[in-house]
Amino acid sequence: MDNEREKEIAATSRAAKSYPLPPVELVSALQKEESGWVLEVIQAFGELTLVVPREHIAALCSHLKAAPGFEFDLLADITGADRGPEEEPRFEVNYHLFSTKRFHRVRLKVLLDQEDVHVQTVTGVWRTANWHERETFDLFGVVFDGHPDLRRILLPDDWQGHALRKDFPLRGYEPYSLT
Amino acid sequence: MGLENLLAEALPEVLTTRLDSLVNWARKSSLWPATFGLACCAIEMMNATSARNDLARFGSEVFRASPRQADVMIVSGRVSRKMAPVLRRIYDQMPEPKWVISMGACATSGGVFDNYAIVQGVDKVVPVDVYIPGCPPRPEMLIHAVMMLQDKVMKESLRDRRDVPAGEAIEAVPPGTLPATGVSATNEAAAQEQPSRPYTIASRHERRRSY
Repeated sequence: MDNEREKEIAATSRAAKSYPLPPVELVSALQKEESGWVLEVIQAFGELTLVVPREHIAALCSHLKAAPGFEFDLLADITGADRGPEEEPRFEVNYHLFSTKRFHRVRLKVLLDQEDVHVQTVTGVWRTANWHERETFDLFGVVFDGHPDLRRILLPDDWQGHALRKDFPLRGYEPYSLT
Repeated sequence: MGLENLLAEALPEVLTTRLDSLVNWARKSSLWPATFGLACCAIEMMNATSARNDLARFGSEVFRASPRQADVMIVSGRVSRKMAPVLRRIYDQMPEPKWVISMGACATSGGVFDNYAIVQGVDKVVPVDVYIPGCPPRPEMLIHAVMMLQDKVMKESLRDRRDVPAGEAIEAVPPGTLPATGVSATNEAAAQEQPSRPYTIASRHERRRSY
């Protein structure tokens, strides 16, 4: 390997080590921007989780993607969770973000009540959110307001119920037969 | 030689039975499967055609990419509920005479997947001729099933399988994409309005069984 290339790699890795924003700075920068964005900060296993009120999720996501210093340009995953019918709030929606420029990660968590399972879509921020949100709608019944095409994606179109909810029977509601 | 004349005089009905056995012999010697691998059983199915096991010895090695050219559908793996109408459509596209081999525990009974997503036995979707147990079955078991199917074919009669009447051919669902329902979160009313209709009419194969 020639000398120039080695220098280039060394410079990149040095920059990468200094790049990830420490969680404390990330949270304080967010709270400086808008105090209502973060309800709760959870730090465990070296991961940072922010609990976000649902009316702010779209605004927060577009800020996290565009603002210098954050640059979360990769939406790794959107997934739902059902904590059980006896829990309140019952549902949560988790967003896993990653920055390919600064190599830091964050998880956003939105908590939803059973009666009102609506949350804003983030398809305007990351286009890949389209299918992730369809999956979360399909399996948990979370409705993403403003989604351009909120249909089922994994289960058949004529399916009744949402399969990953805790109160959905494991074998479905009725045995399947075409005859 | 005059042998034909002697036979025709002595046994006038022998010609019909011989035609049966001739046609059945031709059918059983070239049971072409449709290429339809669903899960890990499909790996064993592929291996059955390999040099070591050599399904070609029994005339069944030509896996056709088109169901129009296939005689046997080997359902190799678990059938999900979303796959069931697709599987049924492929079965409908196969011309008569056609047979189905249910390969492995999942295709036969759902296997370990006793849940909402998997059809509990492919015989709820298409009529099955031979079931193979195993998880997955060895290629030898698949070859044995093909040989059992050959025995079954030899017992059939031409009278069992006639052409589809013209009326049925008109009623049949034309091939194409699956029916789109357009159900979404915003128009769940559409789901209520959609009448549930069978994916297809029952084939002659099935109706013969219901006698």
